[in-house]
Amino acid sequence: MDINAIKEQFPVLNQEINGHPLVYLDSSATAQKPLSVIEAVNDYYRQDNSNVHRGVHTLGSRATDKYEGAREKVRRFIHAESSAEIIFNRGTTTGINTVATSYARHHLTAGDEIVITPMEHHSNIIPWQQAAKATNATLKYIPLQSDGTITLEDVRKTVTKNTKIVAITHVSNVLGTVNPVKEVAKIAHENGAIILVDGAQGAPHIKVDVKDMDCDFYAFSGHKMCGPTGIGVLYGKRELLESMEPVEFGGEMIDFVNLYDSTWKELPWKFEGGTPVIAGAIGLGAAIDFLNEIGMDKVANYEHELADYAIERMNTIDDIEIYGPEKRAALVTFNLKGVHPHDTATVLDAEGIAVRAGHHCAQPLMKWLDVTATARASFYLYNTKEDVDILVDGLLKTKEFFGNVF
Amino acid sequence: MSFSNLDQLYRQVIMDHYKNPRNKGVIDGDVLTVDMNNPTCGDRIQLQLQVEDNIVKDVKFDGEGCSISMSSASMMTQAIKGKTLDDALQMSELFSDMMLGKDMDTADLDLEDIEALQGVSKFPARIKCATLAWKAMEKGVHKE
Repeated sequence: MDINAIKEQFPVLNQEINGHPLVYLDSSATAQKPLSVIEAVNDYYRQDNSNVHRGVHTLGSRATDKYEGAREKVRRFIHAESSAEIIFNRGTTTGINTVATSYARHHLTAGDEIVITPMEHHSNIIPWQQAAKATNATLKYIPLQSDGTITLEDVRKTVTKNTKIVAITHVSNVLGTVNPVKEVAKIAHENGAIILVDGAQGAPHIKVDVKDMDCDFYAFSGHKMCGPTGIGVLYGKRELLESMEPVEFGGEMIDFVNLYDSTWKELPWKFEGGTPVIAGAIGLGAAIDFLNEIGMDKVANYEHELADYAIERMNTIDDIEIYGPEKRAALVTFNLKGVHPHDTATVLDAEGIAVRAGHHCAQPLMKWLDVTATARASFYLYNTKEDVDILVDGLLKTKEFFGNVF
Repeated sequence: MSFSNLDQLYRQVIMDHYKNPRNKGVIDGDVLTVDMNNPTCGDRIQLQLQVEDNIVKDVKFDGEGCSISMSSASMMTQAIKGKTLDDALQMSELFSDMMLGKDMDTADLDLEDIEALQGVSKFPARIKCATLAWKAMEKGVHKE
């Protein structure tokens, strides 16, 4: 993998911030976009812009072909059986909310259980809190080990015959924990429950095979995998999606509309009310082409190498606390002793280094870690070992700076 | 390397307030208490105001946050203690103007150490840190 050749395809990375070359270490928040994605969106608006599934005219056909072509790319990317199982939406949050609203609220009654973990992003917690409140179901948590992982033994203890839904993240956006989702799916199914996997941090970094994983739903976002913002995907098994009611009603999703009742289009369109994010879907298709050209196995291996190197180098810094398991995805969440993460992030920014500081939309996990906030450096396929070295130098400078002023 | 830009932000007096916060703690008894947080970053502050005859007799804060939010809280309590509520609100307005980089007329009010926070206006991502305590104070005064 020629990282410099890959990096050159990302125009935004080629700039200086505060007099230093930009080192972008916030890809878990959103990934940068390669030229091919930017151009795919640009070309669509310049040449093909039209609404989909409506016009008889040529532009309408072109837009529809490109939009549906992107759906097929997504299907192949996650190895789904049918493109009817690929629903385009606004992002992971929307996908989880669709399941929590349409599936959960219609299938749960008092006494039923929803099982999640404390490492979830707010978007895989709150929809279930709301579904539990609406149905009098119980929300339960699989406990975390001290290194921020879960054990299958605890999953077996927590998931019972009363459990109807298990919702778990593929990869933790704070700890970098990679969850054994295939095994968790097996335990869920043995108990008669369905499983939703939050793939926001999974799909961009790991080869996803929804059939092999045997998850019932897999939700992810385009913008974290080199695609545009505003486009996301909900994968669902066909028989489940068939049984579910749409969440949004209106144009695009109808079959027949009468004065007092209506019928819905077939899958996947019954879940795509209104004009969809056409350019976003086309851009996501281009992002998938880009990732496929490199190969997701290579991406995963390279990021693994980068994560190991980052942990090794960052561990050499005195007074640094690193959160999460040893074996992890390519992100490192940390705190420098005595320096608030905002202050760390500001000093790093003065050096051209972009990291995230805050609670990372995971307040329950912050409570579990017993911190109010942390800093996070997250890597993607365009980051280099040199970026890690620059980060470590920046952290040493941060320590020096705050050491001096105190 | 030079930290000149950062030195504008992290002035000595700011770090002093961060390390040695003034008026930190709680006031015993039944006093006006305001809790506020910055949901985007997790900073939180509890502010207590003891007001008599429209004058801030005592004020204390407690909380967790970055150097900018905590030093700003410390400076704010120092500035409004003993002042009338109107003066406190006027100071808050001045402070907002300062964060927006506007010219200020501070002739009537002594902002004391607070002017050290002027550098924050050049770091837009940190303005919310600096204003958290002032927003809490405003909320408290409007409750009063």
